[in-house]
Amino acid sequence: MDEKFDAIIVGGGLAGLASAYTLAQNGLEVLLLERGDYSGAKNVTGGRLYVSPVRDLFPDLWKKAPLERFIAHEEVAMLAGERSLTLRYSGNELANEPYQSYSILRAKFDRWFAKQAERKGAAIITKTKVDDLIIENGKVTGVLAAGDELKADVVIACDGAMSLISERMGIRSPGLPKDHAVGFKEIIELDPNVIEDRFGLADGEGAARLFMGEVTKGKFGGGFLYTNKESISLGMVVSIKDLMEDQDVTAPELMDNFKLRPEVAKLIRGGQTAEYSAHVIPEGGYKALSKLFADGLLVAGDAAGLALNIGVTVRGMEYALASGYYAAQAVIAAKEANDFTASKLSLYEKLLNDSFVIKDFKNFKEAPQVLDNPRFFNHYPEFVGNMMKDIYEIPAGSKDRLYPTMKKYMKFGELWAMLGDLRKVMKI
Amino acid sequence: MGYVRGLKKGDENMSEPLGLKAKLGLNVFKEDKERHIEIKAGFEKDPRLIRAVYVCPAGLYSLNDNGEVEFTIDGCLECGTCRIACGPEVLEWKYPTGGSGVQFRFG
Repeated sequence: MDEKFDAIIVGGGLAGLASAYTLAQNGLEVLLLERGDYSGAKNVTGGRLYVSPVRDLFPDLWKKAPLERFIAHEEVAMLAGERSLTLRYSGNELANEPYQSYSILRAKFDRWFAKQAERKGAAIITKTKVDDLIIENGKVTGVLAAGDELKADVVIACDGAMSLISERMGIRSPGLPKDHAVGFKEIIELDPNVIEDRFGLADGEGAARLFMGEVTKGKFGGGFLYTNKESISLGMVVSIKDLMEDQDVTAPELMDNFKLRPEVAKLIRGGQTAEYSAHVIPEGGYKALSKLFADGLLVAGDAAGLALNIGVTVRGMEYALASGYYAAQAVIAAKEANDFTASKLSLYEKLLNDSFVIKDFKNFKEAPQVLDNPRFFNHYPEFVGNMMKDIYEIPAGSKDRLYPTMKKYMKFGELWAMLGDLRKVMKI
Repeated sequence: MGYVRGLKKGDENMSEPLGLKAKLGLNVFKEDKERHIEIKAGFEKDPRLIRAVYVCPAGLYSLNDNGEVEFTIDGCLECGTCRIACGPEVLEWKYPTGGSGVQFRFG
């Protein structure tokens, strides 16, 4: 193939599609290569997209986007071995337009997004894996895919959490267990009426639930549940480092036990599992971000490490969409100047630094270290569970006074440890 | 690993979890002409391989009676967790050929 593209994008996930969409919209010749049968075939999310930060980057996109339910009810449950404590948050701000977040299924959304990019003029080739970069004099000039040499002024690596492309270029090292979690989930099909009744949802509303504590056996992570239109996304995110070091339970066993928890079992009762998926999540935060550009190369989305776990949320999709968008802006500027060197493409980093993306990463740069504390996943759920038991329990005889009962939990050592944890949490 | 069996049942309506094989059987897989993950020659007994037994969400790695790690590619979800846990020194890891492997219908 003699044709030379303005940009070749590796990977048709959210970062790649956001780039393709934006570049094509601005009249650039863009080729996107996706290894799956269709965009989304290899992509997995826990289940929720926060639209607010990226709404204005793609103003025409959201009206018809195949999103599932807007999240109007949030719950977080602390699970101890034999009891649990749940916080529920509902509010008009969640139930009124514009909605902050939606549950989402990637195979559906990405496939549709790919069509929108094609409509703007992007060329998308599926079932095609990029095997290598073409590098001439230290500059990326194209890719090798299915035996073909494809040339472009710039390659945008949106090849996901493993990013073998950036490894090949030498701008990132193989991912480390401490910086990554594994997410796994089941899609459980249920009648929409059952979903709405069970979760107390009005028309179009959805629920999000988090489960911390015993479900991960003290490992950094938690369980999640999102209601889709006709199914439930139920899964877990667990630190790879903790799983491989503890060696006390396998990932599939954690999932089975999660589903058996009475708090969870009753929510999925009668449902039929339709799919089981898994994905690696980069969650090393700001300190683990890899280099974002080189001569003729930009890296966006999970490939650049752009996912963030701050305990109550694990976010990646908005960062993928935004980084794809800003990578495209940098390429548009490079094309105008006909300069695709690293120094020109560094505009991408500047745009990201000025956006919510890197601001979020900087704001939460201490989160990975602070949250890597087994007490959050082990001790505190048991602690609050025991307190609730004592508060609510009416024994056969007389009930003890509440203050002395609670005081026994507040021994000096405990308070000291709590204060230490609090001081760390204040860094988030 | 009797963790499931050890759990107390609090709800009589709970069903036994779907077996992992049956669960993976729900997915759409397209066969590849080659295995995209291989244990590197000389690393068959590397202690790092045991990590994969615990981290792989598809349970594709298992310990046999001789204490060696066995591995099957059938059902691979292409998540990359084994590569991160064991390292590329131990595993030859690439993605399957374009158009093969798992094709998520929901994701």
